[in-house]
Amino acid sequence: MRYGALLAIIAAIIAAFVYAASDKRQPVSAQDFVNLQQGDVIQQGFRRAHANGFCVSGEFIASGALAEYSSATVFQTGRHPFIGRFSVAGNNPTAPDVKAPVRSLALTLLPDSAAQWRTAMNTPPVLPVGTPEKFYQQLQAIKNNTIAEFFAAHPESAAFLQWRASYQPTQSYATEQYHSINAFYLINNAGQQQAVRWAAVPSAASETLSSDSQHDSQQEPAVTDSLQQELFTRLAQGPVTFDLVFTLATANDNASDATVLWPATNPQRIAGQLVITAANEQKGHQCDALNFDPLVLPAGIQPSEDPILRARAAAYAESHRRRAREVLLESLTGNNSAKGAGDE
Amino acid sequence: MNKPQVYPIAMRLVHWLMAALILSLLFVGLSMVSSLGPWQYTLLQWHKIAGVVALFAVLLRVALRLSSRTPALPNAIPKWQQAIAKLTHLAFYALLLLMPLSGYLMQNAAGRPLSVFGVSLPSIIATDLAWYGAFRELHAWLSIALILLIILHISAALYHGLIRRDGVLRSMIKH
Ligand code: HEM
Ligand code: HEM
Repeated sequence: MRYGALLAIIAAIIAAFVYAASDKRQPVSAQDFVNLQQGDVIQQGFRRAHANGFCVSGEFIASGALAEYSSATVFQTGRHPFIGRFSVAGNNPTAPDVKAPVRSLALTLLPDSAAQWRTAMNTPPVLPVGTPEKFYQQLQAIKNNTIAEFFAAHPESAAFLQWRASYQPTQSYATEQYHSINAFYLINNAGQQQAVRWAAVPSAASETLSSDSQHDSQQEPAVTDSLQQELFTRLAQGPVTFDLVFTLATANDNASDATVLWPATNPQRIAGQLVITAANEQKGHQCDALNFDPLVLPAGIQPSEDPILRARAAAYAESHRRRAREVLLESLTGNNSAKGAGDE
Repeated sequence: MNKPQVYPIAMRLVHWLMAALILSLLFVGLSMVSSLGPWQYTLLQWHKIAGVVALFAVLLRVALRLSSRTPALPNAIPKWQQAIAKLTHLAFYALLLLMPLSGYLMQNAAGRPLSVFGVSLPSIIATDLAWYGAFRELHAWLSIALILLIILHISAALYHGLIRRDGVLRSMIKH
């Protein structure tokens, strides 16, 4: 009897731990997501998403225009250093960058400060779907070649599809516009909050990519890093700059739904200028060690309740853990196979 | 030396407060690393703050342990069991220090800022992917060791309390 009670208590404790540790409690776990993203061939030591990319660094020259909305240091007038990373979507670090449907800019501003701010931005201004579970199904549909049916079954993808139809990729990372997509709240000294989205808007004039370089051209096979080489060459001529433009939500906008575009009439503020002055291969450079988790926010910025935004931290952490473990094992065993094309 | 029957009140209090803190850290830690849910962000913030609090609690506990007179195990308990009890207690202190330390250093190596109750904590090591990997794996594997130890500890305590009824469990509860 007393043995029975003892065994029952121990069994209950073990069951509770096993349940908490199981990633099968939810329809899609961070591990499931990263398993799907990384694909069938694991690229040791690389990000499971946006694997093809490189590091940049520079300064953000804050205009002070956002200081009335947010107490964050990064918005107070002045020059704030950042580490960044340009990349394209996809899990293959050697896939031709110019062919990727999505390009990205990720930033870690004020990297050595308690007021650090991270953001990871993409070229589309909206998402096709609004929850991580549906996003997972979308990736499955891409893999299974049923994406047309998927979009048809998800009318909320209309704004995304409209953007995609009108989007013309340019010939440079420097001439794309990169969006936060998800909304955040700015909090000022008085504690007032304002929902916002932001975008890095290029200063350089763009030239649209010739359709040849995007699609398989007979003469010249696309290379892994033609966009990367273009940016390195461009930087040799001088800095690459973007305005960081904030769009303020009005009472009609829903901060939790990234599938809907906010009206073009919403008020905008230019928080400052991003001045990129240096670029490096990713391997062996600072941005490689960072996980551009968009929920690393300073006082003065808070996440919205957008379920996609909230889902990002755990997935980025799982990808970060996997590649860090591989780099650790490689450094312990002295095996260089994981270093790949980006190595010096 | 004349040993007391029960642990001093300060140690009993710290023991049970810490038990609650460590168990919640473990459950929150395990759940948050797989969850894509909207509360993951809040749990992670809580986990880091509570984890740093746990570090100070363990240091306090070690200081208390070294400065208090603690009850001896009953003589009826075989020597080998007494040795194992000592060993698991030592392992507890080691793991309870290594868990928050690996968590802290993992944040440093990831280049992430860390603040607790508005106080920004210093970065002890530089941002580095391989070091992040080392502390991230340590944090996970040590947590499994800690869970196994806790199960062993609770089993032994209940064995004394329910089966042997020899006062060992009472020594951490009350007179
Ligand atoms: C549930 C939704 C999402 C999931 C699960 C997800 C997952 C991931 C993962 C696993 C990584 C690799 C992280 C690393 O190893 O450091 C990544 C990188 C990235 N993601 Fe997402 N993502 C999501 C939504 C988004 C959205 C909405 C955006 C754009 C606003 C975005 C932009 C990026 C960018 C720019 C990177 C590359 C960051 C870098 O350069 O390191 N992601 N994502
Ligand atoms: C006694 C103290 C602590 C305990 C018992 C504990 C326990 C845990 C556990 C069980 C996990 C899940 C590991 C896994 O399954 O992979 C975890 C994850 C984590 N812990 Fe702790 N922890 C403690 C202290 C800390 C501290 C002090 C910090 C940082 C300041 C911290 C930061 C983290 C982070 C960031 C993760 C998630 C990592 C990721 O998502 O990749 N922990 N913790």
